[in-house]
Amino acid sequence: MRTAPYAFLLPAALLFALFFALPIGYALWLSFRKVRVSGLGLGSGARTEVWAGLENYTTAFTDSELLSGALRVLGYGAIVVPVMLGLALLFALMLDSERVRLAPLTRLAIFLPYAVPGVVAALLWGFLYLPDVSPFYFVLDRLGLPQPDLLDGGPLYLALSNIAVWGGTGFNMIVIYTSLRSIPAEVYEAAKLDGAGPLQIALRIKIPMVAPSLVLTFFFSIIATLQVFNEPTTLKPLTNSVSTTWSPLMKVYQDAFGKGDIHAAAAQATIIAVVTLLLSFGFLRAANRRQKQEAAR
Amino acid sequence: MPHTKHRRLVATAVAVTLGATALAACGSEDDEARSGPVSLTYWTWAPGMDKVVDLWNKGPGKKERISVTVKKQASGDTLVTKILTAHKAGEAPDLVQAEYQALPTLVSNDALADISGEVGDAKAAFTEGVWQQTTLGTDAVYAVPQDIGPMMFYYRADLFEKYGLDVPATWDEFAETARALKKKAPEVDLTTFSANDSGLFAGLAQQAGAKWWTTEGEKWKVGIDDAATRKVAEFWGGLVKEGAIDNQPMYTPAWNKALNTGKQIAWVSAVWAPGTLTTAAPDTAGKWAMAPLPQWSGGENVTGSWGGSSTGVTTDSDDKEAAAKFAAWLNTDAEALNALAEESGVYPAATAAQTSGAFAEPPEYFSHQKDFWSKAAEVAATTAPSAWGPNVNVAYTAFKDAFGAAAKNKSDFTAALAAMQDATVADLEKQGFEVAR
Repeated sequence: MRTAPYAFLLPAALLFALFFALPIGYALWLSFRKVRVSGLGLGSGARTEVWAGLENYTTAFTDSELLSGALRVLGYGAIVVPVMLGLALLFALMLDSERVRLAPLTRLAIFLPYAVPGVVAALLWGFLYLPDVSPFYFVLDRLGLPQPDLLDGGPLYLALSNIAVWGGTGFNMIVIYTSLRSIPAEVYEAAKLDGAGPLQIALRIKIPMVAPSLVLTFFFSIIATLQVFNEPTTLKPLTNSVSTTWSPLMKVYQDAFGKGDIHAAAAQATIIAVVTLLLSFGFLRAANRRQKQEAAR
Repeated sequence: MPHTKHRRLVATAVAVTLGATALAACGSEDDEARSGPVSLTYWTWAPGMDKVVDLWNKGPGKKERISVTVKKQASGDTLVTKILTAHKAGEAPDLVQAEYQALPTLVSNDALADISGEVGDAKAAFTEGVWQQTTLGTDAVYAVPQDIGPMMFYYRADLFEKYGLDVPATWDEFAETARALKKKAPEVDLTTFSANDSGLFAGLAQQAGAKWWTTEGEKWKVGIDDAATRKVAEFWGGLVKEGAIDNQPMYTPAWNKALNTGKQIAWVSAVWAPGTLTTAAPDTAGKWAMAPLPQWSGGENVTGSWGGSSTGVTTDSDDKEAAAKFAAWLNTDAEALNALAEESGVYPAATAAQTSGAFAEPPEYFSHQKDFWSKAAEVAATTAPSAWGPNVNVAYTAFKDAFGAAAKNKSDFTAALAAMQDATVADLEKQGFEVAR
């Protein structure tokens, strides 16, 4: 039965082709086309789709707004990724330590925000960021403390990052925690016999041994950061500081559905996908090489 | 319609089997097939539209054997995108609701059919300014007007009295009122300049006499950065810069609270404001009053429009005549208009309906202002003509970004206006439109 493996593959391959490869191929095709209008553009036959070559790509590369969007997202990622993964690691280590009480409940409490849909989370935080309706500002006001505007300038990055950290820490913690649980107990026993305290066990044994899951969570976080859309889009109506093209994906959305230029949007989407692939696989490669080097040592 | 096609096929088949007698029969069968039952689909976001359409399906529609099915949709620009996508697949519904400023975009994508032959008679029911928006300045008619949004000035009558303010009749007085209020109560704002709804600014520019899109032969001319609009931009930019009014966007929880607690005591809005105020500032019902929009010079009496939509027939419809018949009935028949007002809360474009039936009593939120609707109808009659083009969506997005940033930084609004003009022209040129300079 030489064909059996292929027969088993067929449903998955078919679904992959229909709902993944085909749309991507279509988006690529669209990115090389554009619409030409003749005259006033009214009435039938006024619009024709023509071949555009690399025009959409050159426009995208020279578009300063796309670049500044990318820079904004980098700034946002520089806050989100370290803070979120740092907290996730810290919580995982704390939950894994022997002295912890109410571990299952705490674990659930930290994980719970991940179950809240991104848009809902952003709306919720948006309310808390608005001075006039936020209970935090009420308290600050009563205590006579300064009330920073969280939806402007630098604090805006903190405000956005906070939503992502709040929502994402739980998931990453679970990934790291799971891999902590799989470390055999003998390793700890040996360490204790050698006189290692809890802090040394955490630093010298636990963290190096969960390095693969740290790499994995970092990898996921980079992708999520590059694709940030929900949080800024939901906060946008609340403030003048978030433009309709704040992040690269928002620009794609705006071009496709605001301006109705799906061709430019397709080209930008392709660029974002390629950059994401390069960045994330570049990181994976670098991480793998280091691990191999360490293993060889 | 598939059903009609099926009937025609059957008719032909019957004709063929009947042989010699077929010739005459075929003709008559064919005619009958065309006037057979028609079912139409209607995409709209108006709440309660299904109940209004029921009136048609049970009344005139039954007689004409034209039944309409309502498919509730998201509003405004989202629906335009959806219509265009469906149209690309040749699957657009027979009838669609579309805002006036979206009509050129839809027509330019060949999504709306010219129904001048079917609905030309309806013209008399509307004012010239409203009707002109559906013709795009051509001989064609692309939609039947449904509702309009003439702009008005809403204010807290009780607080105006408390602070000793007069209702401004001109924009100069409006600015003075804002400053006077700041002096008396520094923490209270007359209103805010919000950059998150481009329709408001477009309406204000329209009142000042701006014509954002016009045609010169086969070329489009973009007049966003014209003298009239610049005047409006400078006015609001000045107020924001000196801190006489707020610069935060509307429709946020904070805005609702400001209206509800008297932190903002006026709102430049349109005829649909009672609905918005009811949800945004429920505690202040009965305390608001409506006045005509302030004018640019004393003797004038003009307003702009913010919002409003029409009913169009798509080029994909298999029975445009039937669809146009329904569109005309929906927006000109007295019974239909009354139902539209009651079920959907629509302020009708048809002038006769603006003071009758549902509009005899003032809206609940304004129950003390007995002449609310007659005053509204008077204001509606003064609406300046509007001029929309094929990329209103681009201009609107550019407005949100440029004016959002300018309002935040309290910087030069005319620079933001120039950015909006440039973005709009650049987009037209990129699409291949010829743009007159």
